[in-house]
Amino acid sequence: MAPIFRWGFMGLVLTMIYIPILVLVVNSFNASKYGIKWGGFTFKWYEKFWNNDGLMTAALNSLTVSIVAASVATVIGTLAAVALHRYQFKGKALLSSMVFVSMLTPEIVMAISLLIVFMALGIKLGFVSLVIGHITFCLPFVIVAVYSRLKGFDMKMLEAARDLGASESSIFWKIILPLALPAVAAGWLLSFTLSLDDVIVSAFVTGPGYEILPLKVYSMVRVGVSPEVNAISTILLVVSLVLVVISQLLLREDK
Amino acid sequence: MKSSAGQFRFWAIGLASVWLTLFVFFPNLLVILTSFLTRDPQATVSLPINADSYVRTLDLLYLQVLWDSLRMSLLAMVFCLVVGYPFAMAIVSLPKRWQPVILFLVILPFWTNSLVRTYAIQFILGNQGVINKALLGLGFIDKPLQLLYTQFAVILGLCYILLPFMVLPLYSALEKLDVRLHHAAKDLGAGPLSRFWHITVPLTSPGIVAGCLMVLLPAMGMFYISDLLGGAKNLLLGNVIKTQFLHTRDWPFGSAFSVILIVLLGFMLWLYFRAARFVSKQGGLNGSDF
Repeated sequence: MAPIFRWGFMGLVLTMIYIPILVLVVNSFNASKYGIKWGGFTFKWYEKFWNNDGLMTAALNSLTVSIVAASVATVIGTLAAVALHRYQFKGKALLSSMVFVSMLTPEIVMAISLLIVFMALGIKLGFVSLVIGHITFCLPFVIVAVYSRLKGFDMKMLEAARDLGASESSIFWKIILPLALPAVAAGWLLSFTLSLDDVIVSAFVTGPGYEILPLKVYSMVRVGVSPEVNAISTILLVVSLVLVVISQLLLREDK
Repeated sequence: MKSSAGQFRFWAIGLASVWLTLFVFFPNLLVILTSFLTRDPQATVSLPINADSYVRTLDLLYLQVLWDSLRMSLLAMVFCLVVGYPFAMAIVSLPKRWQPVILFLVILPFWTNSLVRTYAIQFILGNQGVINKALLGLGFIDKPLQLLYTQFAVILGLCYILLPFMVLPLYSALEKLDVRLHHAAKDLGAGPLSRFWHITVPLTSPGIVAGCLMVLLPAMGMFYISDLLGGAKNLLLGNVIKTQFLHTRDWPFGSAFSVILIVLLGFMLWLYFRAARFVSKQGGLNGSDF
């Protein structure tokens, strides 16, 4: 491909990807309600969001769910990555194929399967079911991030530590975890973003008493124009963008 | 000391195994089981076991929905492939230093809220949207085109959200391609098009299948894209499943549709492993071959 054509094509695709996002962000500062004309710069939609108790509760709920889900997923996922990397055990192939399957399963299938299992186990729909659901779809991302970092390790170091009498858990705390920390942190940030942005799984496993922000946005967008949605959307976009950039910088360091 | 080593190992393996068994493996079995149960107004589902739900998916109305959903998702998939393949090729042909940057720019939106980005497309396609205003301003049209709430809008939205999933596997397949194969074919007189069809495409087929899988299956489930861009029509399988589960409360019927998705996933995985085996057999010029 000729370089001009190549750059032109890439530029075009990237422009198409980013223009809608840009238009949305600009409109969140547009004083004109319907976003048809530029009515001057304003923060009033952000203020409306700030002063809307229902929306703020939903935002706080979302934050709580995401922090709890990301943290639990990071603990379980990091341990699982260490296990898959370091140990031989019965059912290892089964475990890694479950990770693989849960990554590929369409979200809608995961959503209804979780809903069914919550009913079967008698877990009430609400905070707990949301957290369990979010941990489940974050888990494989943490495992893959930490596992690929561990693969780059020099295993001889661990063997040396063991020969010198270090216990398995002190090898983990003193060697593996410090070395894998950037990937662990990245795993947490990615899980947090995935959780904060999720619609499909949440739509199925949330209960009437526990509202979260993406679902609020979804129902607001469906009924029509409400400009504070632009403000909320912009905040959500900026939060994810910042976190993802940080996580990618963390993951890059060792390459 | 032995026991503490055993304990750490126990928790490291145990936690994830239990979690995934309880919330991935077991639930998927329950979906399959539910699809064979009978709807029950009190207990949601009950015995007897039967295949009625599957028989009902063959109803003309639902076959139509299935077909529409599959067709739209397939169109989105093809469109993503047509844009994604040259895009991935363009990235691979860049200097090594630039490749991760462009790749990152494509993947970045994946991590942002896809509902919000779907909503953003409304600004572009609406009657008062960017496209219509530009076309009106330039005098190409007299009244706004109906772009929003059409099947076209849904397909476009699916492509917009799912393009990164296509580019990523294609990029890693293309990156592995051995340039020496191209040089050899060129020396033997093969033109660029023939090299593309006989070398590039077959050797990147696992990437192509993986990309298609990662676009097609999620596409069928994305109910909010069809809701926001297609109007209140049940255009995608995801909408049907959602209606069956959350409104009609016919879980066996909704499960049957999900099982169709799982079967499709299985089929595409089979296709992927076949393609991967083909490449590892026919891939030729690995370092070890010299």
